[in-house]
Amino acid sequence: MNGEKAMQVIREAIPCLTDRLEAPKGLPLEKQVDMFRKMCLAREFDTKVRTLWMEGAIYGLAHSYVGAEAIAVGACAALEDGDLITSTHRGHGHTLAKGADIKAMMAELHGKYEGLNRGKGGSMHIADVDIGMLGATGIVGSGMPIALGSALSAKVLNNGKVTVCFHGDGGTNQGVWHESINMAAAWDLPAIFLIENNQYAIATEIGWVAKETNLYKRAIGYGIEGVQIDGFDIFKVYKAVKAAAAKARSGGGPTLIEARFVRLLGHFVADDQWYRDMEKAELFWMVEPIVRMKDYFIKNGLLKAEEVDQIQAEAIAEIADAIHYAQNMCSEPPESILYDDIYANGEIIV
Amino acid sequence: MAIITVREALNSAFKEEMRDDPTVITLGCDIGVRGGPFGITLDLMKLYGKDRVIDTPISESSFVGAGIGAAATGLRPVVEVLYSDWITLGMDQLVNMAAKMRYMFGGKVNLPLVVRAPFGSGGGIAAQHSQSFEAWFNHVPGFKIVAPIEPYDVKGMLKEAIRDDNPVIYFEHKRSYAVEGEVPDGAEGESYTVPFGKAAVRREGTDVTIIAYSMMALRAKEAAEQLASEGVSCEVIDLRSLLPLDYETVMESIAKTNRVVVCQEANLRGGLAGDIVAEIIDRGFDLLDAPPVRVGALNVPTPYNKGLEELCIPGTENIKAAVKRALSDE
Repeated sequence: MNGEKAMQVIREAIPCLTDRLEAPKGLPLEKQVDMFRKMCLAREFDTKVRTLWMEGAIYGLAHSYVGAEAIAVGACAALEDGDLITSTHRGHGHTLAKGADIKAMMAELHGKYEGLNRGKGGSMHIADVDIGMLGATGIVGSGMPIALGSALSAKVLNNGKVTVCFHGDGGTNQGVWHESINMAAAWDLPAIFLIENNQYAIATEIGWVAKETNLYKRAIGYGIEGVQIDGFDIFKVYKAVKAAAAKARSGGGPTLIEARFVRLLGHFVADDQWYRDMEKAELFWMVEPIVRMKDYFIKNGLLKAEEVDQIQAEAIAEIADAIHYAQNMCSEPPESILYDDIYANGEIIV
Repeated sequence: MAIITVREALNSAFKEEMRDDPTVITLGCDIGVRGGPFGITLDLMKLYGKDRVIDTPISESSFVGAGIGAAATGLRPVVEVLYSDWITLGMDQLVNMAAKMRYMFGGKVNLPLVVRAPFGSGGGIAAQHSQSFEAWFNHVPGFKIVAPIEPYDVKGMLKEAIRDDNPVIYFEHKRSYAVEGEVPDGAEGESYTVPFGKAAVRREGTDVTIIAYSMMALRAKEAAEQLASEGVSCEVIDLRSLLPLDYETVMESIAKTNRVVVCQEANLRGGLAGDIVAEIIDRGFDLLDAPPVRVGALNVPTPYNKGLEELCIPGTENIKAAVKRALSDE
């Protein structure tokens, strides 16, 4: 496929695709670099998770966030420390972007006692409530009511906190999606519903199961603002979430953000995607977020190519360290903890 | 002591807890302005405002889930499901989130959530308003379940449930709201709570142990009184708390009577009574002089017609018959 034809395919899938990255006014370079660094870490984390899973070092199921990094990182960069997020089954990127300890994350995926969740959650339930990450979940759409409740807490406690609910296009067809947005809107709660519209629910294309695939338009039905942005453009995500958070904090209620992109890899790490037109699917690597941010730094003379390479190399090394930690410096959870934490305060009911 | 109704017991527990702890909120259909379909939350909105007493849309899945999210982030929500039959709509959030978030997260979150679920049958409200689902929750690790019936317990256990750091399913019998009983007044009435996991022996006896909860505990007392005039001495245990369940009191009683009848109002098949019988056998098969007998509703959806409905719901006569069976050597 030639360049022009390829861009046509890309624009059809992502009508809001931006021509070039443009940093928000006043966003310090240092912070931009930190955002890039986090995207590289998230990319390398899930790239290695796939390999580790194939090798059998990681048990169970794992879903890759590769390609979606701009969304988690851009959104979390726009939040304050005390703000909260809910996640999906594809939660490594969200957890990392919110600031969780990467070694503890990797240990969790290895099922270790030193893991973020004591080895009891794994990839699909990774969580770090202490830093406002309210958990990945294996039930599509089920983070919606949790985010609604979190935003309700913020209103009752009047603590100024905003909750971002990350979810996929698959989640938008669950009943709780509609109920939760409706309530958040009715009560002007400080919530941001952020659709990661990668256009695939496993193998089901959004257009097969929704007449209107521009999902942001659903906001009209709930009387709130809806925006569609290029989900491969980290600054667009940052700006949209920054604006929505400011609005939410000032009592303006929720915003629906549709970050539109295309899933770059399979549904889960071993999905070979035989059901997709792979020639088309491969095209979207041309507009993936890390390449675009790299180009932005270099073309605008903000960083030299070597400096960018250095950041990527450091991310690779940090993930290698995390794997070394998980595999060599952590322990298996003892049998004695089996009944711990079913109930609070050390109570055990057999 | 004062004589109050179950309705007043619930309402006063609410008022006291909401007054003393600003993180207690309640949400559900019609609970604010109207004070709830059964009048349980009357005046709460006036006293504590619209932010803490929330009239929700008819969206059980999400307002139950919102309770979970709020519990995870600093509040103590009490969610009302108007009829417990509709807890089915919130089941995903309860089973897949509330019951296991703390465990999945390695202990990093507390979920001080109460779900109030008016349950039980009678009154011709038919198949979708008459069910008792306590066994479903008993099956899933992570909940506490209570089903008190005496106003003293109803009040003390709602307060205990609100203060508990775990998800509690609070079953109140929808035909019990006018049931009266003694509750301490004054400062003592405001300060007491009833701990979970302790059954109450309502009547002492030597021949048969009757284990029951909620409305069936009242029916069991009636049955025991009537059987006493026939010379049968029944010990009646009101479980009050279903999870944790006080097997110590249960087994102590069986050690004395050697015969047991376990009663539930729910459909018999797959119910709590079967589970309790299994546990009794595990703990003390040798104590039993006769097979344990279960009492429960017939395994049919509750029919509307009064005559048919009465056939399905277990009552005093069914318990008396069960006691006689436990005493027979057949």
